[in-house]
Amino acid sequence: MLIAVLLGFVFSLLLVVAGKFFRGKPAILSAIIPLSLFVYFSGFINEVSGGGVIRQSFKWVPSFGVNLGFTLDGLSLLFSLMITGIGFLVFVYTSTYLKGHEYLDRFYGYLSMFMASMLGLVLSDNMISLFVFWELTSISSFFLIGFNNKSEASRKSAITALAVTGLGGMSLLAGALILGSVGGTYTISELLNSNQVIADSPYYIPIVIFMFGAAFTKSAQFPFHFWLPGSMLAPTPVSTYLHSATMVKAGIYLLMRFTPILGNTEFWNSTLLIVGAITMVYAAIHALFRKDLKGILAYSTISALGILVFLIGQGTEKALLAAALFIVVHALYKATLFLVTGIIDLQTQTRDVTVLRGLRKVMLPVAIAGFLAAISSAGIPPTVGFLGKELTYESTLALISMPVLWIALILITKILLLYAGFVAGISPFVGKLPEQFANTKKPGMLLWLPPMILAVTGIGFGIFPALVEPIVFPVVTAMGESLGNEHLKLWHGFNTVLWLSIATIAIGTVLYFILKPSQKLVESAERFEFLSPKALTTVGWAYFNKVSSLWTRIFQNGYLRNYVSTIVVFLIGLAGYSLYQTAKFDLDLSTLNEITLYEMAVVAMMFSSIFFVVFTKSRLTAVASMGVMGLSICLLFVFYSAPDLAMTQFSIDTLTVILFVLVLYRLPRYLKLSDYRTRIKDGIISLAFGSIITVLILEVLASPVDKTISKYYAENAYVLAKGKNVVNVILVDFRGSDTFMEISVLAIAAIGVYALLKLHLKETDQH
Amino acid sequence: MEIVLAIMIGFLYAAGIYMILRRSLVKLILGIIILGNGANLLIFLLGRISKGRPPIIAGDLKVFAEAYADPIPQALILTAIVISFGLQSFAIILIKRVYKVVKTDDLDEMNAIDQDS
Repeated sequence: MLIAVLLGFVFSLLLVVAGKFFRGKPAILSAIIPLSLFVYFSGFINEVSGGGVIRQSFKWVPSFGVNLGFTLDGLSLLFSLMITGIGFLVFVYTSTYLKGHEYLDRFYGYLSMFMASMLGLVLSDNMISLFVFWELTSISSFFLIGFNNKSEASRKSAITALAVTGLGGMSLLAGALILGSVGGTYTISELLNSNQVIADSPYYIPIVIFMFGAAFTKSAQFPFHFWLPGSMLAPTPVSTYLHSATMVKAGIYLLMRFTPILGNTEFWNSTLLIVGAITMVYAAIHALFRKDLKGILAYSTISALGILVFLIGQGTEKALLAAALFIVVHALYKATLFLVTGIIDLQTQTRDVTVLRGLRKVMLPVAIAGFLAAISSAGIPPTVGFLGKELTYESTLALISMPVLWIALILITKILLLYAGFVAGISPFVGKLPEQFANTKKPGMLLWLPPMILAVTGIGFGIFPALVEPIVFPVVTAMGESLGNEHLKLWHGFNTVLWLSIATIAIGTVLYFILKPSQKLVESAERFEFLSPKALTTVGWAYFNKVSSLWTRIFQNGYLRNYVSTIVVFLIGLAGYSLYQTAKFDLDLSTLNEITLYEMAVVAMMFSSIFFVVFTKSRLTAVASMGVMGLSICLLFVFYSAPDLAMTQFSIDTLTVILFVLVLYRLPRYLKLSDYRTRIKDGIISLAFGSIITVLILEVLASPVDKTISKYYAENAYVLAKGKNVVNVILVDFRGSDTFMEISVLAIAAIGVYALLKLHLKETDQH
Repeated sequence: MEIVLAIMIGFLYAAGIYMILRRSLVKLILGIIILGNGANLLIFLLGRISKGRPPIIAGDLKVFAEAYADPIPQALILTAIVISFGLQSFAIILIKRVYKVVKTDDLDEMNAIDQDS
């Protein structure tokens, strides 16, 4: 399985070097990768539907308990098959759709990177690796959405998508970390045993909120849904693959994966029910007010995702089965509709449903695929969509609280979705072909075959439900529910569910004939645009930008002295507070050296030199005072038994003064640039800092001192290193390599000085 | 005496910070030098000072016969003095070059020059 996951990454790396080759005709060869993976995963269907679970584990960061563990159970298998199967068709489709595109190889690289991350996501058995793959899907989708990187709108929507899903990723990490520490492991399959502990933990609610944050952003639930319609600017294969079939289902996957661990509580179920219901109705209504084919599909996808969340929220095994089946149903018909839309867009250069008519005359196979998908989305028998809808109604009817409300909501949603499906899948093909499309070219077989395969599969699953059972039933088993002797069938007899189905189809069809998408409808929706989460978020972001630029202007203003004073003031506050809390001022005066006259003279010299450096107006005085200061320090070293220091200080100080004097006349005049108030303010800051240092020194002097290391050096200076001057022995022997480094630093500084002195700038470079 | 020195070091730090906060580049360099001096003395003082006992083993002895000044702060400061000389000389030459090119000593104006180009 590791190889299966890594294959996509390896391929995308390969494209970095061998991109040129894949840009031309051989592009279609890359479809071999998803195909072989699809075949590989199909091989597990039998074993998994028999209740088998395949596990593999590789140590990754053992010290943190992060293993690269993979689990293939029913849930993972369903997603893996979808990812590779639809992936294969999308790869094939892309080779024609983006034929001759200069970055075709890059596109395949992103696409296979995405496929691999998605596979890793659904196969991971460890929450940390799940998170890593989760983020990888966000990142690769960023590149795919922004593929037309010359268009500003496309770049913007890529960033929006990345920001929203990336935020969700952070939320996932937070949830995973808390869950891991509560449950004692990061391995998902091991967490199953401690679901009671987790549910009783005080951190249960935060964990669930974080997990919801991740799932709702990725699966475009209200109010985080707005990135999905925006990302429709991506090339159609991307919309098909990421934004209908796979990536947006990652959130659904997450919810399903964690249902046995976190589910079956009041909070879990009711939140999902409410959020799912709002999303499905809100988005389905929105789909009415669109005339762009992809816009309609985007909103109907959000609505379908809402239905899935709603079903998971019901939590019964029937509802989970309905959810699993609906994932298949939706992937099949929505991917078909997207691919069909892509063909229409490619051949006619428009996606406006108010213009598109009668295209069946120029692209019959496409029309058939679109029609089949539309009836599957409508849930008309004998499609698999009908099975999905029946189950949805059945499980919703069985809800204990407020079944009437929920059934009404789901009924409205289904009717509107039927409408949306008809508009997208049927209306462009019926009616009279307008003049402008008369010369539309016939799409090639590689274009229409992928949607056709998907649409026919949808019908096939409907007629022979036994075919889809081995894929769908293990999903429910994987979520810890048992189904007993359940079987999917088309005919259930005359019952409420059937009447609901008939009502849906009837009302939806009537709606389709009455309500035509028009510019007027689009405009009427735009009037309320300012209230939508997207608009509100945009406003929020604008303010966020303002606050952060204000923040930056205050703290990162590019003036050195502001940085320094910020740091110093903060340090004064911090150290001052800590000293105020702990300082005792109990320095034992008897241990101190007594004050002598000559020492006081040196200190007086120091003070006067400090005074002159700070307050003089002459450069020469300042430099001379620096010399005085250096020599006074030199004297202090002499007094207090540090002859080596005195010698070093003396020579270095002399050199510095000489250097200063050498360049003094090349230096600017010694002006006072700041005004009076600034100087007072800086003076106060500096004096406060100086006082803190003084208090600090006195506190340290009052505390005992540890001389073990000094003693070691002193005792061994002669014995080990044959030297009698301990300071010198430390420098050249005990810490010899440090001194060596120091010499190198000096040498580098010397080279720098020399280079600066010898540098001759050309006139043009000077300004 | 330690108290006097502590106060003096406090003033060295204050003067160093004050000079660093000036707008003039030359004063900035002087400030860094003063701050370095203050830091050296701080380390020296915190290693405890004593008079007339250099850490040099006398005559033909192999180890110290009597108390000695702590050699470690001295070794540290010696390194610091030398390194800061490297810094200072580089900085001094650098100001000279900068002044030649941008014709100003005012750090604020240098910011503006950076933005214009």
